[in-house]
Amino acid sequence: MQRFQKWSTLFAEAETMDRSYMADELRPARRRDRFMARVKLRKRMPAPKRLRDLIREIRAARTAADERAVVQKECADIRNMFREEDATYRCRNLAKLLYIHMLGYPAHFGQLECLKLVASPRFTDKRIGYLGAMLLLDERQDVHLLVTNSLKNDLNHQTQYVVSLALCTLGEICSTEMSRDLAGEIEKLLKTSNAYIKKKAALCAVRIIRKVPDLMEMFIPAARSLLNEKNHGVLLTAVCLILEMCELSPDTLNHFRKMVPQLVRILKNLIMAGYSPEHDVCGVSDPFLQVKILRLLRVLGRHDPEASEAMNDILAQVATNTETSKNVGNAILYETCLTIMDIQSESGLRVLAVNILGRFLLNNDKNIRYVALNTLLKVVQADYNAVQRHRSTIVECLKDPDVSLKKRSMELCFALINVNNIRSLVKELLTFLDKCDPEFKADCSSNLVLAAERHSPNKRWHIDTVLKVLVSAGNYCRDDLVSTTIQLIQETTSLHVYTTQCLVRAVRLDTVQQPLVQVCCWCIGEYGDQLVAGTCSEEEPLELSEDDVLDMLEKIIISSVSSAVTKGYALTAVVKLSTRFHNTIPRIRKLLSIFGCHTDIELQQRSVEYSSMFKMPDSIRTGLLEPMPLLEKTNIDAAMTNGDSTAVEEDDFVVKDEPRVDSVTKNAESQSILDLLSSPSAPPPKPEPTSKSAGSDLLDLLGDVDLSAGAAPLPVTGIMPMPATNLLDGVTAPPTQVLNSQPSNNVTSFPAVTAFEKSGLKIVFAFEKPDPQSPQLTITLTATNSNMAQLDSFVFQAAVPKSFHLQLMSPSGALLPPNNSGCVTQLIKIDNPQKQPLRMRLRLNYTMNGTPVTEQAEVNNFPAQLWQ
Amino acid sequence: MYIGGNDKASKATMIKFLLIVNKQGHPRILKYFDSLPNGRDESVRAQETEVIKKCLTVSDKECSFFDYTTFKIVFRTYGNMCFILAVDDDENELAVLEFIHNIVETFDKYFEKVTEHKIMFNLDRVHMILDEMILNGRIIESSKVQILAPVQLLDQVSRR
Repeated sequence: MQRFQKWSTLFAEAETMDRSYMADELRPARRRDRFMARVKLRKRMPAPKRLRDLIREIRAARTAADERAVVQKECADIRNMFREEDATYRCRNLAKLLYIHMLGYPAHFGQLECLKLVASPRFTDKRIGYLGAMLLLDERQDVHLLVTNSLKNDLNHQTQYVVSLALCTLGEICSTEMSRDLAGEIEKLLKTSNAYIKKKAALCAVRIIRKVPDLMEMFIPAARSLLNEKNHGVLLTAVCLILEMCELSPDTLNHFRKMVPQLVRILKNLIMAGYSPEHDVCGVSDPFLQVKILRLLRVLGRHDPEASEAMNDILAQVATNTETSKNVGNAILYETCLTIMDIQSESGLRVLAVNILGRFLLNNDKNIRYVALNTLLKVVQADYNAVQRHRSTIVECLKDPDVSLKKRSMELCFALINVNNIRSLVKELLTFLDKCDPEFKADCSSNLVLAAERHSPNKRWHIDTVLKVLVSAGNYCRDDLVSTTIQLIQETTSLHVYTTQCLVRAVRLDTVQQPLVQVCCWCIGEYGDQLVAGTCSEEEPLELSEDDVLDMLEKIIISSVSSAVTKGYALTAVVKLSTRFHNTIPRIRKLLSIFGCHTDIELQQRSVEYSSMFKMPDSIRTGLLEPMPLLEKTNIDAAMTNGDSTAVEEDDFVVKDEPRVDSVTKNAESQSILDLLSSPSAPPPKPEPTSKSAGSDLLDLLGDVDLSAGAAPLPVTGIMPMPATNLLDGVTAPPTQVLNSQPSNNVTSFPAVTAFEKSGLKIVFAFEKPDPQSPQLTITLTATNSNMAQLDSFVFQAAVPKSFHLQLMSPSGALLPPNNSGCVTQLIKIDNPQKQPLRMRLRLNYTMNGTPVTEQAEVNNFPAQLWQ
Repeated sequence: MYIGGNDKASKATMIKFLLIVNKQGHPRILKYFDSLPNGRDESVRAQETEVIKKCLTVSDKECSFFDYTTFKIVFRTYGNMCFILAVDDDENELAVLEFIHNIVETFDKYFEKVTEHKIMFNLDRVHMILDEMILNGRIIESSKVQILAPVQLLDQVSRR
């Protein structure tokens, strides 16, 4: 930098750039004047630091604070100099400021100085001024408009280097206003004979039409004629300009489709013409131009059979003739492949392209493998079979040390899985899952389960695979995997024991993987009796006694590694075993009481509730702990599409995130346990003073069910009840007049069901059908209240899956007297044309002692005869 | 199906910015080709820092590209210097890599073995060379002879 400061060089520089230009600057008299001025100035203030010295000083700074101090001092000096309007050192100061700007310090106060330098007639000043303008100015400041005039002058300058400076700057900072002002100048420059100017003007034109697309029209003829040039730089920039135009306007795109033969010719010349040293890169002539032309061909050939046809040959030629030993050749091949895949090319050519990409996968250069995987991933849907042929190479890439390569090959593998190759691919992917970084495990495990579900050759393989995924992915797998696995196991009736044995084996080796342990606990709970009975027909069945199983559960329950959710699963398994095991009941009761005073409220409650079940008659417990009913696949799917990934099973074990009801103590509980109370004769549990919230995702489920609101209750005993409101907007059932307000208590054919029982409020369903085959069902609801206080404003609402039609009749009243001294009845009419298993979600509103209470629950325990 | 080009006319420039940093992460050359909506404010600088950090920590085993927000970073390390280019996400990475090499070769030819020192103390010349190579985020010229002609002419005159 210091060399600019030497006067002699400054002038000499300008001189040779163009002797006639600035001739007056060279006149000795002027020179003397300037020298005198400088001497005068020096007396007033010392010469500023040179850029070189500033850089040294900044580098010598030990700490960031030191550096800041140096920069701040220098900035202050520069500001002073600027304020002094010192023209001598303006250049040097601006150069320093640009350095400071690069380091990230504010440098906007140099903007006006840039303009002053740009307006100077001297080349050096202009050069630094324009450099400053490029780096410091942007479209936000009005300052940049002030530069327009200088730019206009310089674009018409006779010296090509001055014009070039102006073009470079315009290309970087041109705004909408400038575009309109200077488009004419640029168009003129595009037509000059000077290649050095033309190539820069073409890129300025790109900027201008980007800013003001209306101006495109005027550049089209010039752009077309640029393609006749020989100069590589001009060709390259002309292709850029045409690309830009094609992207901006479909009409222009059509227009330029006619140029395909010419572009093909240029490309052919590049490949065929001999060695051109200037643009040669490792034996490939002008790869940058080749790549740009291929890209333009892609845009022109896309969606156009004729244009595509015209370029097929040259693409094949490039694809076969390009040297592949160096990166540069592969860059061209890569671009060729992209073009082949994107235009309407012949199928043979497409296969050729996929094969080139397949060959890339074997390349030593990781960058080339990366682009190949990336591209294959994009084309795998369109060219499935061609990509399938490179499966083994793709699988090899799973072992690549580079993370991004691993990720892409994993995705590609999943895209390639089909019925024929699932066994081998899943085997590879399981190995990958076992060893891969944690960041991949969630994705990989979910995709594996999905693939297994879609293409599994048989049930046993399916279950084996899912269990292996659980073992390998461990705690990284997503939450929904537990529930989908349980669903899968439950469906596969013939393999219950086998699955449970596998799980027990796996958990014995490793109790850290929570999802695995949870699934295992669930299975033990459900199928514990079969497990111990040794009914397994496998080669090496596990010999397990009741105590062995309980040992295992105990270990899980007391282990510090187990999460609260896992412990919950284990507790539920233990309570379920109480009806499946016969010799170890005392131990089971002891295990259940472990968490009687646990800090986790959920576990504590579970423990207490399960323990209290032993106080009930055995028949109730047996009913409660019956095997889970088979879940309908469609229900799960519906739930899943609703974003309800916690499939229904989970509701039975884990009730999370309940909305708290009022300020009453949160009392989460497994509502299904109570819902399952199938014996209406059972004495109700002790009324609890707390109000509990139920179903964790009732609202989710409501998303896919029809909802009928209860009709406005009739005023009874002088209490005006609130009219029922719909849970969901837009779903209404017309309130119907009371048809039958008399409860029909004893229905002979179907047992009554307790649909809800909580806080002293009990709702019993009785069923009636016109004939056993009829799809129509009438449910008579009877609500009673065993509290000491009466319940007011009682409103019952219900929702059923979509395949049902539900009609709620008006209730007999809205007031529930205390101590079971009265009841409210309501008729529910259900039409079940598809004979689907009946499920129902309930929502109850009432006021107790002035406090409004909302309860939600799901009823799953309808007798199967109702729809069979 | 578009695998290469993007029909959306959202690509203002091919190259978003060029960064030349040393192994310690100090910027030696920084040039934006895309106009920044809010200038080079805190968030832009934080982004630079993040990109630099990522480029310098990538191991030899990993490849020289990565996606960063809306664009793609292509970088290559030469001795003590790391050349970083941010490009559109549909750009040909291999060609960009080749272009970085072209820049380095041009510097090498001009400075007779380019070093961090030479780049740092000849900021204006480096910018001049870059301006001969890239304009509006697009390549103008790849021939070293033609790129260097104006710069060498200027040097000749200055030396006399």
